[in-house]
Amino acid sequence: MALNKQCSAQEAIAGLRDGMTIGIGGWGPRRKPMALLREILRSPLKDLTVVSYGGPDVGMLCAAGKVRRLIFAFVTLDAIPLEPYYRKARESGAIEVMELDEGMFEWGLRAAGMRMSFLPTRVGLASDVLTRNPQLKTIASPYEDGEVYVAMPALQLDAALLHVNEADRLGNTLLRGADLFFDHLYARAAQQVIVSTEVLHERLELSAEQARHNAFERYLVQQVVHAPGGAHPTYLGPDYGWDLEHLKRYNASASEDGGWQRYCEEFVQPGEATYQQKIGGAERLAKLKQPVF
Amino acid sequence: MTAATLAELMAVAASEAWRDNGELLASGITTLPRLGASLAKLTHSPELLMTDSEAYLVSEPVPLGPRGDYQPRYEGYLGFERVFECVWGGKRHAMIGPTQIDRWGQTNLSVVGPYERPKSAVLGVRGLPGNSICHANSFFVPNHSPRVFVSGEVDMVSGVGYQPQRWSAGMKHDYVDLRLIVTDLCVLDFLGPDKWAGRGIRVRSLHPGVSFEQVQAATGFELARAPNLGETPLPTAEQLAIIRKLDPHNLRGAVIKNDPPAVRSAA
Repeated sequence: MALNKQCSAQEAIAGLRDGMTIGIGGWGPRRKPMALLREILRSPLKDLTVVSYGGPDVGMLCAAGKVRRLIFAFVTLDAIPLEPYYRKARESGAIEVMELDEGMFEWGLRAAGMRMSFLPTRVGLASDVLTRNPQLKTIASPYEDGEVYVAMPALQLDAALLHVNEADRLGNTLLRGADLFFDHLYARAAQQVIVSTEVLHERLELSAEQARHNAFERYLVQQVVHAPGGAHPTYLGPDYGWDLEHLKRYNASASEDGGWQRYCEEFVQPGEATYQQKIGGAERLAKLKQPVF
Repeated sequence: MTAATLAELMAVAASEAWRDNGELLASGITTLPRLGASLAKLTHSPELLMTDSEAYLVSEPVPLGPRGDYQPRYEGYLGFERVFECVWGGKRHAMIGPTQIDRWGQTNLSVVGPYERPKSAVLGVRGLPGNSICHANSFFVPNHSPRVFVSGEVDMVSGVGYQPQRWSAGMKHDYVDLRLIVTDLCVLDFLGPDKWAGRGIRVRSLHPGVSFEQVQAATGFELARAPNLGETPLPTAEQLAIIRKLDPHNLRGAVIKNDPPAVRSAA
């Protein structure tokens, strides 16, 4: 048994392959594994199928030309409703899409986690989600009601990337924010889970109350990356809020000539340590207030 | 107290969507629908459930924007996973602002223009397919125009409606329940002569100074007219006081262009 799953972000991302289906935890600009994302941006990985309740993770991967296909229900930065690089990629036809209802998306992850080929749901019927995704089939109830449902296929992930508040080297994790979102389901749907963590412990020693923040079992986790500030510029409750100033700058870069190139040169290419310095380090993170909704 | 603005009148009109709904989750998404839901809970419908718009149920609607010393009054938990379960169980009435609405009540929040290379990518279908097929829904339109109320079908049917060609045998539409559309010109409902024939949307009340003809001209399909078509009521002093307390930073002032008064001729 590998009792120490710690590795560097570089090592973890080096294990991924072109063409993989990658699930990204979090929701919009909330608890996104951005340090792992930046590592992907620095890597030669390409032709990815990205599965995400999308925020800047999707935007940046689109901007960098890493996305062949996007499986999604929305892409947004919340305070900035429209994600600029997703829009560019979508409007230019640069990416294939499988556009789903938020709940169908959850159902797909659940089906994968339960090793089912599909789960039935009423959601999606009579909408263009079905007409735009002819691979989605319906199924009739075998009981006397005979109702017709969507057979939402499993969304099987080659890998899932998640950012957590705390973890240990064994792969035990704590999510202490107000909402799990669907990170636990990504973990179950994936062949391989890479977790980045704000705080890394040798071994977690918890009270029963603290242990309730453990959302999925360590046997699901293959790699643990220590990445303080690793969700920046997204919101990591209760540790830090989103960095609206940074998100505004990122957003503005999309309307400048060579804007993405410059953003990358400044924030992505120099590496994570420089990134954290540039954004102002732990001091800046501590000043980022929790967003008010 | 200064005279009511159009945004305040619309918040009051929105609050009517949640009257006599019983005990369910009231989800008003974005400023005015949220003010409407909050006003409903604080006045005629205290039985409504609301969240802090993040993850907790609150016994009192939380004010909009930075809260200063205000402490939310938590009464329970409703993270996203449980919101979805609430949706599927039908105990919710949401009001959202779609990009397009058609005569069958179908809504679009995904893309405008051809699907493969859209003129404008908006958010994505989000939860509209699920909301629309599971529970009551109302809509909010801050810019009533034929670009929103389109003449044909919406470009990407995200929220489903009363369009018979979209429903095949065995598909259950019993839970599709479209209620009100609050716009900057009027309040519409779905009680027109034949909603399954694209003739369900009906003008229920006109905002002060707006004519039926004006609304019709700003709509891409034929509207029905309520027999007792009247004027959308102005906010009462009590309602105004509640709205202003719920929105201390006047976020509502930025919703409608130039923040006009409720009685437009008074401008």
